[in-house]
Amino acid sequence: MNQKKETLAKWIFCLAACTSVVAVLAICFFLFAEGLPAMGEIGVKEFLLGTKWKPTNNYFGIFPMIIGSLMVTAGALIVGVPIGILAAVFLAFYCPKKWYTPIKAMTELMAGIPSVVYGFFGLVVMVPLVREYIGGKGYSVLTASLLLGIMILPTIIGVSQAAMEAVPKKYAEGALALGATKERSLFFAALPAAKSGILAGVVLGIGRALGETMAVVMVAGNQPQIAKSILSGTRTLTSNIILEMGYAADLHREALIATGVVLFIFILIINGVFAVLKERGGHEK
Amino acid sequence: MKSKRDPLSLFLLAVVHASAAIAVFVVVAIVIYVVVNGVPNLAPELFAFTYNSENQSMLPSLINTLLMVALALLLACPIGILAAIFLVEYTVTGSKLVKVLRLATETLSGIPSIIYGLFGRIFFVLVLGFDISLLSGSCTVALMILPLVIRTTEEALLSVPKSYREGSFGLGAGKLRTVFRIVLPSALPGIFAGVILAVGRIVGETAAIIYTAGTVAELPGSVFDSTRTLAVHMYTLSCEGLFMDKTYATAFVLLLLVLALNGLSGLVAKKLTKGAGEK
Repeated sequence: MNQKKETLAKWIFCLAACTSVVAVLAICFFLFAEGLPAMGEIGVKEFLLGTKWKPTNNYFGIFPMIIGSLMVTAGALIVGVPIGILAAVFLAFYCPKKWYTPIKAMTELMAGIPSVVYGFFGLVVMVPLVREYIGGKGYSVLTASLLLGIMILPTIIGVSQAAMEAVPKKYAEGALALGATKERSLFFAALPAAKSGILAGVVLGIGRALGETMAVVMVAGNQPQIAKSILSGTRTLTSNIILEMGYAADLHREALIATGVVLFIFILIINGVFAVLKERGGHEK
Repeated sequence: MKSKRDPLSLFLLAVVHASAAIAVFVVVAIVIYVVVNGVPNLAPELFAFTYNSENQSMLPSLINTLLMVALALLLACPIGILAAIFLVEYTVTGSKLVKVLRLATETLSGIPSIIYGLFGRIFFVLVLGFDISLLSGSCTVALMILPLVIRTTEEALLSVPKSYREGSFGLGAGKLRTVFRIVLPSALPGIFAGVILAVGRIVGETAAIIYTAGTVAELPGSVFDSTRTLAVHMYTLSCEGLFMDKTYATAFVLLLLVLALNGLSGLVAKKLTKGAGEK
């Protein structure tokens, strides 16, 4: 009797654990089942490389959105990666003890702010600032990059700080003992040892930036065209979905789901790279 | 004694401090901006029971948010906690099954919310026929927070000392009894901290909800009615751009809620580590 109960319980736990596998498979299945036929109907080449997105005239080219997503993500990395890694160095090696708790709490708080609040802040503060002092209409690749750069900071800081703290202290101490300054010891002896972990943080940041929707849609301008400069507006894959899903029907709707499929494939690749890097980072220790 | 610093070292020292300062400045700026502009705009009529074109009350959205949180937790917590129990208590680390399960959980946590929204739109709204409703939205976000619940529960279970389990086994308790009577209660604060974090995620979520639960700013009659959560409310208000005062106030309430939840989660987690230290 007791044995039966134990076995039954084990199977229930196992079933619960398998939910995530089922969920991943279901997400893949339904996205692909709805998106791929549309891609076939439009033509894979026309869909991925077409530069015209005019659903009313049956033009479904998402090339501008792919470029838009890549531009905005690259911009976010330019803004967020240096600041994030350096701030992580500060937290890991420089921060005075009494300041550590509040500063760390603030970077964690940053991760908690909802993306729609970031978007709103971007809309009412950053867009006018960019319009006023840099030029253009304010709704631009630049604004979106700045905002996303801020939003990926907590991810990059968190992951790379953990990687830096996992490096044995003796690396930097050895360099110090040889007469290097603290900075040189950290940057040239300790940080290279943490590079897989830091890279993993950056890759995770790429995933965040690529997948972010609400904040981008509020500041990027959303014109479905390839941006001519960083001051012109653009549309990302995510914005394309959120902007038109509400009223889209038939092929248009399926084309939006296919947009999601393209995004999903990007994200899966990034997740894979992240997993490999994390594994490698774990082995280095 | 400090070694004398060369220009490169000085430069590195400067950029390290500057970067930390920028990061802190940005958070403080956002929070202060939202508070300063939000608090003066908080008016009692924003908490009226009905939303109409004259008064864009946020109370219905707030209540809808709570309903969605409750429903989503009801779905995600049992599954997530049981899944974590399986991963920690019933499997050998490094086995193939665990690798597959862990990969799936990690994949889930890396999927952006817009993809969850799309999936929810296809699966819950259309395939299961839940329509655009509170239920569809709750199912979608439940799926979204599942990896978070699993991971935090796993960590909480792992932090329970082995000796607890051994003691329980030694007294003749079975595995099931040990898990539910000994391990789970000790891990409760950690699990709780994770759940609160998940609540914060739901409250702040927009992209996954807007096309699964819809934007109707009324209290739902049943789980099959469309509802608008506070974050979606905030998004629609700022898109309309007509009621800036109300948008600011909503932003403030939303930020306050999410930050309070995150803070609470941190406190609970801290209490846990303190408790573990005493043992």
